[in-house]
Amino acid sequence: MSMSLLTSTLWQGLLWGILALGVFLTYRVLDVADLTVEGSYPLGAAVGVSYIAGGGSPVMAVVLAFLAGSVAGVVTGLLHTKLKIPALLAGILTMIGLYSINIRVMGDKSNVSILRMDTIYTFFENFGLGKNESILVCGLIFVVTLIVFLYWFFGTEIGAAIRATGCNKQMIRAQGVDTDITIILGLLISNGMVAMAGALIGQSQGFADVGMGTGTIVIGLASVIIGEVLFGTRNFMNWLLAVVGGSIVYRVVIAAVLKMGMNQNDMKLLTASIVVIALAMPLIKEKIKNAKGA
Amino acid sequence: MLDVKEIRKTFNKGTINEKRALQGLSLHLNDGDFVTVIGGNGAGKSTMLNAIAGLWPVDSGSITIDGVDVTKQPEHKRAKYIGRVFQDPMMGTAANMQIEENLAIASRRGKIPGLAWSSKASQREKFREMVAELDLGLEDRLSSKVGLLSGGQRQAVTLLMATINKPKLLLLDEHTAALDPKTAAKVLELTERIVERDKLTTLMITHNMRDALRCGNRLIMLHNGQIIIDVAGEEKKNLDVPDLLKMFEKASGAEMANDRMLLG
Repeated sequence: MSMSLLTSTLWQGLLWGILALGVFLTYRVLDVADLTVEGSYPLGAAVGVSYIAGGGSPVMAVVLAFLAGSVAGVVTGLLHTKLKIPALLAGILTMIGLYSINIRVMGDKSNVSILRMDTIYTFFENFGLGKNESILVCGLIFVVTLIVFLYWFFGTEIGAAIRATGCNKQMIRAQGVDTDITIILGLLISNGMVAMAGALIGQSQGFADVGMGTGTIVIGLASVIIGEVLFGTRNFMNWLLAVVGGSIVYRVVIAAVLKMGMNQNDMKLLTASIVVIALAMPLIKEKIKNAKGA
Repeated sequence: MLDVKEIRKTFNKGTINEKRALQGLSLHLNDGDFVTVIGGNGAGKSTMLNAIAGLWPVDSGSITIDGVDVTKQPEHKRAKYIGRVFQDPMMGTAANMQIEENLAIASRRGKIPGLAWSSKASQREKFREMVAELDLGLEDRLSSKVGLLSGGQRQAVTLLMATINKPKLLLLDEHTAALDPKTAAKVLELTERIVERDKLTTLMITHNMRDALRCGNRLIMLHNGQIIIDVAGEEKKNLDVPDLLKMFEKASGAEMANDRMLLG
């Protein structure tokens, strides 16, 4: 593996790690499979890249993307809690709605490009770093900051209430917490982060595309599960780091199979298979154990 | 302390499964009353407790706790006044969280959570003492996940959580029914100790008639969503199980057909 391929694989793992952290928040902490991410990820990219294309600052682009993603999360949250739509369907509805919104955001086009314009990474290139190294450094700063934030936030009273909501709604309601609010809050933070990942990845590739969201949930889940299996879940900090680690490992695997000549178009099938195997693992283990016992 | 007036609740109204669970039930509890609740299957015992806890709004009637009309308040608002322990030991605690984290959440029951650190070092010693009083050897396992505890241990922790900041009303919904006899006795003994110590106004559903007669200062029996027997003080002390069965047959005009209750 060449040096530049290694660096680019690493930064991809880090930037997608932000998305994986967002998926982790819903899938593991809130115990909801939230499909909103398939819409909030391209939303973040569309908002961020369009903002830069219109002459806006690349840092502000990330902030705006976070806000846009948060709103998307709140919409799913309201559909789920106030209108009692099952979480999975609520996420799908928001995702589909976002498809139209994302095209609107990009000025009625299905993509928008900022090639050769300044991005958030240009700042680091000015210190003499190459493009890959700049993204790596910037991605690292974002990931570390977010992990510190999440570790703090989920240790606070509000964070503990959100974690308890994902674990046992009955219990936390009996303790006086409005679970509608904790669910909405969890979806807000999750989708804000996913959109943030969209803006950062959009800037790294120099464009946003309305179709870039397809399969993000599965990539996110794959990262979460790979991370858990390889790096453990001893405590919350360990878990957060594992998720980012899982994202990096996922990118390494993808880079490796591509290098070995696998067709790019087969990637999604591979990813889906990884997730299926990982999800089926407990059942398979059980079967094997029972078979041995018999 | 608690004033329940003429509450009614019908489930699945207008369908073939219509169930009139509460039919104009009224109940007044004085400060410090420890009331045991008995009744056959489907008598409305849990429904009454759930109505008071606010799991769903009642169809009519009113519920007042300590002078506050909570009839229209959702469950999480009423939680400020109420501590609860459920029949299912899994229900009262968050399994993925530490004993300490569960206790910390319970110590803030009814308060709006903020951005302060949830598990405060200043509370740890107090928690350790409280858990030590449970006499289950959990005091050195405060950082263990609750999911690792046995059913009895979880129920004891739930009881501690329900009473940690002295609720105005303690609701116990057959909280020992899912435990083995030895553990059940221990949790019940613990319950009596805490209720006695903190003078908690308590409603305790039990299927065990002997427990119902032995514990508390008052006993009520439900039948078809109404209270049909209400005895307190000396009268209650002098009752035994056959007396209670006779009273039930007289009051309801039916035979007590609940094996679980009779065997208990």
